[in-house]
Amino acid sequence: VNPSLSLDLVADFRQLTAFPFMVNALQAATIVAVLAASVGWYAVLRRQIFASHTLSVMAFPGAAGAALIGLPIALGYYLACATAGLAIAGTGRTPRRGYGGETAVIGTVQTVGLAAGFLFLSLNQSILGGPETLLFGTFLGITPSQVLVLLAVAVASLIVLTVVARPLLFATVERDVASASGVPVARLEVLFLLILALAIAATSQITGALLVFALLVAPPACAQQITLRPLPGLALSVVFALLIAWIGLALAYFSIYPVGFYVTTLAFGLYVVVRAGGALKRRGGR
Amino acid sequence: MFAYEFVRNAYLAGTFIALACGAIGWFVVLRGQVFAGDALSHVAFVGAIGAAAIGINERVGLFMLTVALALAMGLLGRRAQADDVAIGTAFAWILGVGVLLLAVLATSPGAASGVTTANTLFGSIYSLSAGASWTAAAIALAVTLGVLASTRPLLLSTLDPQLATLRGVPVRLVGLGFLVALAVVTAESTEAVGALLLLGLIAAPAGAAASLTSRPLRGIAISAAIAVGATWGGLALSYAISGLPPSSAIIGLAAAAYGVCAATRPLRQPR
Repeated sequence: VNPSLSLDLVADFRQLTAFPFMVNALQAATIVAVLAASVGWYAVLRRQIFASHTLSVMAFPGAAGAALIGLPIALGYYLACATAGLAIAGTGRTPRRGYGGETAVIGTVQTVGLAAGFLFLSLNQSILGGPETLLFGTFLGITPSQVLVLLAVAVASLIVLTVVARPLLFATVERDVASASGVPVARLEVLFLLILALAIAATSQITGALLVFALLVAPPACAQQITLRPLPGLALSVVFALLIAWIGLALAYFSIYPVGFYVTTLAFGLYVVVRAGGALKRRGGR
Repeated sequence: MFAYEFVRNAYLAGTFIALACGAIGWFVVLRGQVFAGDALSHVAFVGAIGAAAIGINERVGLFMLTVALALAMGLLGRRAQADDVAIGTAFAWILGVGVLLLAVLATSPGAASGVTTANTLFGSIYSLSAGASWTAAAIALAVTLGVLASTRPLLLSTLDPQLATLRGVPVRLVGLGFLVALAVVTAESTEAVGALLLLGLIAAPAGAAASLTSRPLRGIAISAAIAVGATWGGLALSYAISGLPPSSAIIGLAAAAYGVCAATRPLRQPR
């Protein structure tokens, strides 16, 4: 049966969930959207965009390395992301001695990771599911056990994030004051990069390494344009991510074009609308 | 090993691209724009695919989209430096469009050759033709000279934009010109030696130079020297060791140089 879109939403939903692979995809997308949007809210607030991008391309050396030594690919994702997160954290973003030293470190970590990936690939030459799948992701062929692993990672990361939520916010907004009042700022920063690495490793298995931003950066960025209050902002960010993921998946299901296009277009469109709305509001307020 | 033409081509293009990356990279790191360069290099691929989809020359499409994105970043951002959040969201979308174009091309008959051409554009440094390596060297040399010639206004508008404005330096225009120069280097070297090598040669040598000295001209010279040295050494290594990709070897050397410079920094600092 060819799926066809109609005005009857109930019938559409029934079509959407008719196949087990779509149910798995929807479950995975939901988990990933909640995780990415929550962790991403902090990442955007901390302006760790380049670090996020670097972590997301670690999928490549992770997958290539795991294929080389015969580990599960998913484990390779998590290991490579966590290693890169620690490498970025280890060099410390703390003292802003000199200009822009941080971006040099992150850029170097990224290229070293990619160079290692190419090396693994040339040592192995085995099938890797094609570079396109690795970079742009696929929602199809997600197994129920993958969904379970995703769920476990997401719950663990979100619990840790909830525990450190308040001190992390303090350390992000007022670093020096937090440090002076006894918040272990440096340790929190390392911990956050690890949570970010886990979240990105989980997300990039679904969206592909290059399109992580559609769920990790765009929804929190939109939410922070609308409100700077933490809890409503986080909630709004999760809602945006869920909408982007669900609508993107549904559109891809009812058409012949890839999900990555729909998800990124929805995310970018939302961002443009919110930015334009914010600009209009500021002009009207004056 | 210089008896082979492909090695000579690689050394010719590699030397000048490394020179350009090292020099411009010092400013990229100083201005904190490594992410912008990274985004530009990913976008170059979409430009080539897009050109294949509408049937124009892939190289033209690649240059056009990369320079257009640089202009957009410069015009939209404050101080001609776009916000990382905006860059990230926009470039994810451009990649999403790239995915769509790939899908469209895959379903339309006769367009497969366009994708193949676009893919072969992103060859290895060892597969350059003589003509392509001369072109790469010329473009890289031109950008290097341009950056060196505008060192003073660029430096002033990076370090102290207010003072630069007071002294009549067109800060926005300088920032815009810098991004366009970065886009040209990115487009040319993405095509010639691959995006991976580009980012490595922009970030690592400049980071190493920044940890060695804070004096501008010396820093630019050191950065360029490390980039060229890593390229020469990496090309020789990958020629000697089969299975070692040239880009991995070059990046490895550049990153090692950065690591050594950063690690020995406490030893060198006067107490």
